[in-house]
Amino acid sequence: MTVLLLVIPIALALGTLGLAAFLWALRTGQYDDIEGAEYRVLHDD
Amino acid sequence: MCCTDMALAYVEAHAAWSEANTKPSLDRDYSAFAAALPDGSARAEFAVEGVRCAACMNAIERGLAPLPGVASARLNVSDRRLAVTWSPEAEPDIPAVLAALDALGYTAQPFAPGGIADAESAETRRLIRALAVAGFASMNVMLLAISVWAGNVSDMAPENRDLFHWIQAVIALPAAAYAGRPFYEGAFRGLRAGRVTMDFPITLGVVLTLVMSVVETLSGAAHAYFDGAVMLLFFLLIGRVLDQTMRRRMRACAENLAALRSARATLAEPEGGLRDVPLAELAPGARILVRPGERVPADGLVEHGVSDLDQSLVTGETAAVTVRGGDRVFAGALNGSGALTMRVTATTGATLLDEVEGLMRRALEARSRALVLADRATRLYVPLVHATAALTLVGWLAAGAGWHAALLDAVAVLIVTCPCALGLAIPAVQVVAAGALFREGVLLNDGEALERFAAIDTVVFDKTGTLTLPEPVLAAGTFDPGALANAARLALSSRHPMAAALAAAAGGSGPFPGAEEAAGLGVRAVVDGVELRLGSARFCGAEDQAAAALAADPEASVICFRAGDGPPAVFPVRQALRPDACAVVAELERTGRRVLVLSGDRAPAVAAVAGRLGIAEWEAELTPQDKIARIEALRAGGRHVLMVGDGLNDAPALAAAHASLSPVTASHVSQAAADALFLGRSLAPVLSVLAAGRRARRLMLQNLWFSAAYNVLAVPLAAAGLVTPLIAALAMSGSSVVVTLNALRARLDTARPQPADGPAVAATVAGTA
Repeated sequence: MTVLLLVIPIALALGTLGLAAFLWALRTGQYDDIEGAEYRVLHDD
Repeated sequence: MCCTDMALAYVEAHAAWSEANTKPSLDRDYSAFAAALPDGSARAEFAVEGVRCAACMNAIERGLAPLPGVASARLNVSDRRLAVTWSPEAEPDIPAVLAALDALGYTAQPFAPGGIADAESAETRRLIRALAVAGFASMNVMLLAISVWAGNVSDMAPENRDLFHWIQAVIALPAAAYAGRPFYEGAFRGLRAGRVTMDFPITLGVVLTLVMSVVETLSGAAHAYFDGAVMLLFFLLIGRVLDQTMRRRMRACAENLAALRSARATLAEPEGGLRDVPLAELAPGARILVRPGERVPADGLVEHGVSDLDQSLVTGETAAVTVRGGDRVFAGALNGSGALTMRVTATTGATLLDEVEGLMRRALEARSRALVLADRATRLYVPLVHATAALTLVGWLAAGAGWHAALLDAVAVLIVTCPCALGLAIPAVQVVAAGALFREGVLLNDGEALERFAAIDTVVFDKTGTLTLPEPVLAAGTFDPGALANAARLALSSRHPMAAALAAAAGGSGPFPGAEEAAGLGVRAVVDGVELRLGSARFCGAEDQAAAALAADPEASVICFRAGDGPPAVFPVRQALRPDACAVVAELERTGRRVLVLSGDRAPAVAAVAGRLGIAEWEAELTPQDKIARIEALRAGGRHVLMVGDGLNDAPALAAAHASLSPVTASHVSQAAADALFLGRSLAPVLSVLAAGRRARRLMLQNLWFSAAYNVLAVPLAAAGLVTPLIAALAMSGSSVVVTLNALRARLDTARPQPADGPAVAATVAGTA
């Protein structure tokens, strides 16, 4: 069961990474214009 | 004459009827709309009209990028707002941006940098952050919890189980402390105000669950409920975030409309020049210019200039009123023929606006705020659940169980009755129903209004601007096509509202080159050596014909046209009914609702409209007090009144009625007083809100009954001590999902298209009723 000591921190670290990424995206305003984002992805520039 | 006066005289003379009026030759200073950023650059926001698709976004952003000094231009498609930033060394040039947008074919208005909107978006962000934290915590805690549940029925060692519980505690405790703050604060605020809100049982449930779980973990027990606590917060936060997003979107939309309807004034500076300022910056004593075709932005006294004002938005009166120096004018009046210079007055006593605001305050205080479903549910739920928990505790103690076991079961009751379903039951329906109404062009000011719309059995209409369209149209009749076409082309050079009606009636070719104004009289152009004139009867020498036309149709106003010395043509212009007004009124009466018209206009005009709509009960020449009195009389008679009105004089009645609705062209005061605003020329939104209200109420009741039934099943299990964390988690998420799915039906029912004309409306409404 010592493997748990490795697996659980990894799982938590990955989760925290996801949370941090979401909060970063929120802070940089990436959710401010959901409708516009779907058009912007098609821009060439 | 100082330089300002010369500038004003120039504008008065030339802005009135010339095409240059829309792009005045005098520079307007928009600097009040640009905000300085910390790094020295400037930024301004614009509300943009006509944005529909990706192509619009590309066109606008690429079109503005080459402007000198523009560092970035970014269009927010969701909000229809454009943010332009200028590089620090450049001077912000708002007129250049407006001109570029105009050339691209979009109407735009600079937007006053507001404080409320920022606070709103800060609150939204806070809720979303809380939601993210709760989501993260509930996923990870659930992962560990499921391991424990599996381990409890197989061969998990107690040390491992304790370790898993401790890890859950380390995640859940800080997460709940952070993500639950909106609820804790709400509960605390409510308690301080002496009320028990829905936040209170939520807070109590979460805190007790966490405390009990920690105690259980300390004693090495098989069960802990960390997952239940964070999942509860996660579900409830979803409801909060949806609610907040809906409100913010409605508000953004309403603000855009306000900006595009020009919530700004043209300030005449003491040292000369004209400056556009947001309304909020107008101080008493400021001198402002009101051009023809513009609305008077604030109450004040006319300093100079003569013009006809259309006061229908203020008093409901359709006949134009002539004002000159020294006369008092009210915000919302539409300026007709001439430019006016006026001085803004402080609103001190004895003005119409003061009177209206006083009445509104009283009406709002007196409004017996019908106890909404959510309040009634909370009042019933909170004592019931807490009493059950207490009973469980006492019962187990009496039955001889120890303190520990009795407390555990009492807390289990609190957890399992967690107001998850109840907390989502009503907001979820409100959000979905408001979204459905939004797509039909109705902006809801207040989600609770939906329930009040459901109870309506009497509909009171204002006439001007509500049953009729806000802008006048050319009356029906036979006109010489040549004269009509020429008059319409001349009318394109004018911003007079009556000329706009004429231009709209006969679209087609552009304005005559070289058309020029004669201040306060009309517009003229020389075409092929013949002088064409359009304007007042005096200007065209058509007094006799005008008098004859007015005698034939006392409700109309006339605009005259004359080519050279030929016979003058007279075009009657009048208020027109909204295209589907007849069908909507008929449908309201068919569904058993009483329909009345209460108007401030003259009796013959009201009688004519009521007659055409088949409304037997109408009253004319009412003051705002009279309207309130009529509505209160109806209420005293046990009726639930929906007031539909737009004028400043309707605002107190809107506030006094059980529920209220305004067209988006309404005065600011009325918009603030109304429960919902509707867009467009159709009157069908009246039927939509009533149908949506009934549907929403039905779904809310279903949700509440479902929550009650769920509790009836779950509470005995919990009180008997049979609820494991697994059952609690299943019950909680299951009930929340059921309630949310049921709420989504508010959207499905309105998905079918709603045609705007006659019998089809009746059919649709009959179908959804």
